[in-house]
Amino acid sequence: MILSIKRVPTVVSNYQKEEAEEGARHAIGCGRNCLRSCCLPGAKLPLYAFNKVGNVVGEKGSFDTENKKPPVNFLDSLLLGEWEDRMQRGLFRYDVTACETKVIPGEYGFIAQLNEGRHLKKRPTEFRVDKVLQPFDENKFNFTKVGQEEVLFQFDASEDNEVQFFPNEPIDTDKSPSVVAINVSPIEYGHVLLIPRILECLPQMIDRESFLLALYMAVEAGNPYFRLGYNSLGAFATINHLHFQAYYLATPFPIEKAPSKKITTTTGGVKISDILNYPVRGLVFEGGNTLEDLSNVVSDSCICLQENNIPYNVLIADCGKRIFLFPQCYAEKQALGEVSSELLDTQVNPAVWEISGHMVLKRKEDYEEASEENAWRLLAEVSLSKERLQEVKELIFEAICCNIEDEIVTPIMEDDSDVTPQSHEDMDALKGSQPAMVPA
Amino acid sequence: MEPQLGLIEKSFDLRYSDLVREALDELPDCFTITDPCICGHPIVFASKGFLKMVGYSKDEVIGRNGRIFQGPETDRRSVMEIREAIREERAMEISLLNYRKDGTPFWMLFQMCPVFSKEDGRVINFVGVQVPILRKLRLSGNGIVRSEMSLRDAGNGARETVFRCCRREVCSDSILELGRVSCLESVSSNDDREVDNNEPCEASELEKTKAGTAISNILSVLTHYSELTGRLVCRKRYCLSGNGQLGASLNICLGRIKQSFVLTDALSPDMPIVYASEGFLKLTGYARHEVLGRNCRFLSGTDTDPTTQFQIKECIRSQQACTVRILNYRKDRTSFWNFLHISPVRNASGKVAFFVGIQIDDRCKNQETNGLSPEMRQLSVVGAVKVAVRSLSMGASTS
Repeated sequence: MILSIKRVPTVVSNYQKEEAEEGARHAIGCGRNCLRSCCLPGAKLPLYAFNKVGNVVGEKGSFDTENKKPPVNFLDSLLLGEWEDRMQRGLFRYDVTACETKVIPGEYGFIAQLNEGRHLKKRPTEFRVDKVLQPFDENKFNFTKVGQEEVLFQFDASEDNEVQFFPNEPIDTDKSPSVVAINVSPIEYGHVLLIPRILECLPQMIDRESFLLALYMAVEAGNPYFRLGYNSLGAFATINHLHFQAYYLATPFPIEKAPSKKITTTTGGVKISDILNYPVRGLVFEGGNTLEDLSNVVSDSCICLQENNIPYNVLIADCGKRIFLFPQCYAEKQALGEVSSELLDTQVNPAVWEISGHMVLKRKEDYEEASEENAWRLLAEVSLSKERLQEVKELIFEAICCNIEDEIVTPIMEDDSDVTPQSHEDMDALKGSQPAMVPA
Repeated sequence: MEPQLGLIEKSFDLRYSDLVREALDELPDCFTITDPCICGHPIVFASKGFLKMVGYSKDEVIGRNGRIFQGPETDRRSVMEIREAIREERAMEISLLNYRKDGTPFWMLFQMCPVFSKEDGRVINFVGVQVPILRKLRLSGNGIVRSEMSLRDAGNGARETVFRCCRREVCSDSILELGRVSCLESVSSNDDREVDNNEPCEASELEKTKAGTAISNILSVLTHYSELTGRLVCRKRYCLSGNGQLGASLNICLGRIKQSFVLTDALSPDMPIVYASEGFLKLTGYARHEVLGRNCRFLSGTDTDPTTQFQIKECIRSQQACTVRILNYRKDRTSFWNFLHISPVRNASGKVAFFVGIQIDDRCKNQETNGLSPEMRQLSVVGAVKVAVRSLSMGASTS
């Protein structure tokens, strides 16, 4: 039996069509100025090339003068400027700033928004929710089909050791560009999609390289209120084409306020903690001797979940300094009919933003009556049980070959140079454990 | 690019007179004073005790934001709490791990307090006091290891520093008051520099009191010296910020935007300016108090094209964004072509609350600035302002 639920998907692109109709029309000549071979040759986009080298653990604009960082948060300005440009050009389905929003009084300050226009009112589509890994399907909607005007800029690593910006750079199909595009049904101002290596048409699953790209974006933006999120299939991802989401909200997310308790520190210096006192159980990752260390521990954990068919969501917060991982089971519960109709009626699908505490509500009564208790109750349904999470944690720790370190204090390094990992054997073991990719 | 130290210190002196530094230098405590109205919310004063504690020189600290003392083991949630307290303009206290110039970490109790202008209730400064604290004691199998206290005279005359073998520093007016204190040494290490960063450090009552006393002393000094200049400050906000006034949180947010722009109040008659950036003041030659509360039309003059003015008026009336090129005049009556972009800005209620106007001097328009076109630069300001206004008006402050 295939588990599936009926859902009304959110439109993310002006070119997103009914999945049922799409197959028939695909081959016909485009005229949409999209990103496929019909339209792509000769296309140009701004290119933001970030500096991979010298990205030490530390906030942008801090004391290390050896890094050549632009004085202004350039990526931040680029994102905001390009997004506002698309707003003024009328590319969004609605003005999200015209949607009423509030912080719900309470300990955590859940954020509620009344957005009646976000979900397209059309015949719902079947969506398979019991498999986290599903092969890419060219016939379904994917991001190569969006119009170029929805793409804001390319985002890739610089070839030289410095940040570079090219206002009008041809898209080099051989170099497998990654791009940032708008979400035409935004949850908040600046809602974009980061699509790693867009032309490779990767399915929605995390790999080390892509996750690192997302983390670089958080670091480069340098704005603690610009967060990135990821939904796996089965955890309310709507499109099976690898993408992260991001937007601006200049207030703390409830999840960011939740206390945590350290479980362990990896040999790469990554601190892994339990999230406490929050309706959804999960893990938080911090630190790391280098950004890559942090990135790899998280992506390896995600890969482990993927391979064990456990749906999950990821939130990258605090300029990439804190990463939250939430394994979840809501879609499965929904398909098995285990969720109360009262919760189902709100039609809130608990994806990463909802889990983090940002609720977009479609009905006025839900918005007026929004309370911390209601939010808590909904999110509690999403969470794995304590026992199940414990099992999942064991899977994850086994996968990342963690060295339990909490009895030993990490000594402070004497010199200022990048800290090297203490044990080379462990690093190699970690590399060797990279799983084979599931064929698309 | 660092803000000019001279200007930073000057603004502080203007408020408190240039005698205030001497008075503040006499206080033995570790503290910093920041100015949320300056872009980047920089430190404008650092006490001698503070500089000694962190091992930096004055020039390395003035003009920088407090985050330079944070490091890899600093708890991010605590940093967030400080950030939010600043936004909400309230006092707070927290234990935090900071780093010295040589990279060594240390725990300290951080107590922060806003300083309000008596005249208009705005936050003028934040005072931050840092009290170094003992590491959390750990129990070995045999119980707590005790060792005797050692004294070290810091050479301050009547104010002596007691330096314990676990690096706890206590300032006191008289050593005799403290009496003999036993010191608890952590079992896990003998290394003088090693710190257990994994568990948060709770400050003792003594340390909290010390911090509170320091804050009071500093505020007394500031209040007293503000009387000399007539620009009074106080510890509590005496008058509520009016509708036209923006809270510190929005001010700080907007203060990060370097371009020339103003925010006008869409809900007040004649749409007065409620915010003017440093860039705007620099471009037009006015001082802040000369523009706040006025409608932007004072920028126009004899040769300004009335059609353009009408165009602006129409866009505002229909709540549309627009870009125009208008002849404007500076305070010294020299004119310049203003490449102006105006956009409505909604707050969390969804309704238009402000208009933002971003000015570019046409002469400077095509200068190289990081590759962003002038139009893009203006739009990025619109975006930043929209995010700030919307987010910061979402309401209910939480505990």
